[in-house]
Amino acid sequence: MPSLIEAFQSQVGRKVLTGLTGFLLVFFIIFHLAGNLAIFGEPDAMNSYSQFLHDLGPLLWVARIGLLLIFVIHAYIGISIWINKRKARPQQYKVYSSKGGPSRQGLSSRSMAFTGVVLLIFVVAHINTFALGDMDTVLIDGRETHDVKTLVLDTFQNPIYAFGYTIVMILLGAHLGHGIWSAFTSLTLRSKKASATIYTIGVVVAVLLAVGFLFIPLYIYFGGGCDAALIHCN
Amino acid sequence: MSLMTINLKVWRQKNTETPGKFEDYKLDGVSEHMSFLEMLDVLNENLIKEGKDPVEFDYDCREGICGSCNMVINGRAHGPKHKTAACQLHMRTYNDGDTIVIEPPRAAAFPIIKDLVVDRSAFDRIIEAGGYISVKTGAAPEANLIPVPQDTSNEAFDYATCIGCGGCVAACPNSSAALFTGAKIAHLNSLPQGQPERDKRTVAMVDQMAKEGFGDCSNYAECEAVCPVGISISSIAAMRRDYIKAIF
Repeated sequence: MPSLIEAFQSQVGRKVLTGLTGFLLVFFIIFHLAGNLAIFGEPDAMNSYSQFLHDLGPLLWVARIGLLLIFVIHAYIGISIWINKRKARPQQYKVYSSKGGPSRQGLSSRSMAFTGVVLLIFVVAHINTFALGDMDTVLIDGRETHDVKTLVLDTFQNPIYAFGYTIVMILLGAHLGHGIWSAFTSLTLRSKKASATIYTIGVVVAVLLAVGFLFIPLYIYFGGGCDAALIHCN
Repeated sequence: MSLMTINLKVWRQKNTETPGKFEDYKLDGVSEHMSFLEMLDVLNENLIKEGKDPVEFDYDCREGICGSCNMVINGRAHGPKHKTAACQLHMRTYNDGDTIVIEPPRAAAFPIIKDLVVDRSAFDRIIEAGGYISVKTGAAPEANLIPVPQDTSNEAFDYATCIGCGGCVAACPNSSAALFTGAKIAHLNSLPQGQPERDKRTVAMVDQMAKEGFGDCSNYAECEAVCPVGISISSIAAMRRDYIKAIF
């Protein structure tokens, strides 16, 4: 029998890891979206949430490192599957088309590598903008904390950021449209009936997440930041 | 009976080493009742009469049973119809004046021998790695000695219908052999006779699949769509389940 390390390098092991890390990343972005929606809450809601996260101290670092590891594993296997695919068919077909029926081949599944690489680049840029960007400080409960909310409101006044984020979030939706169902299949979902249901649920979740994320930059851009009806500033 | 003129674009390749190219042929008097392979027979008769090399293609039973005839027709393994091998495809599917592009299954693990014929012995080596059960030979045991629940028997039979044509590999964007390997593993692993070697079989066949140079499965399910016997990708999920069970 192979060791665990060897097993996770096999074609089956890689796929199981992709599904597992994919699931964890979906859970992460659901929490992330919940945090983003705090921008529509009380004036201090978003910065309080940011302060709460920073107060976690070492736990926050455990979460960050864990998340980075999950992300790197997911991206690394995804890219290596793409490289393997190029090797496995050196000469392409002149004509190629899907037979339809039970096939899940479509724009979403065929563009996983592309949308994945865009998301990888995006995440680096995104951390640079919002986690490492220049921020003022505000007083929350008498303590100084980063003013993330103002940074977000300012950044999305810039059309390049507002529309750039919107496009990437559409691609995130496309990635998850195939990805959520695929993760279930990789983690050994066998029932045909359940598979069809989960595919539909996966697409709905993907659309909801994408719309949830892209609504915020567009709303800030077109609503004019603090002037927008749903955003409450001090 | 209506006769058609069909334009063909066929991949011609002398041998594995020589690069191939497409040749155009125009075929008159094609009957709608001809099978796809009979249409190719007519093309070959014409080519032989003209003193040219006939198009090599694999076939054996021409009854949709053996799986030899896997070829990619207008971009789809075994042609446009579901649960239909290329030999069971009929020319009535096409219209007068249609152009049909015929290519061999393309995968590094299936080197082209000549024209549309590829070497599918990679599949044999996956079977050799563990696609068997070890039994004492001698007099056949009583058939009902080992009880098998009807549901299990049905499931195993569904997987056992795989004819090893390689349509799944041909159609998979990644050239993965997961459907073939999954079907063979799921077939034997679901039966009591397959239990003693279950873990060893699963790991060995999965390893051999990668060694042969097939790509990873990305759950496109295109394999299920082209499979002439309609094997479900649930076999791939079963292979993954058994692999996980084997290593833990």
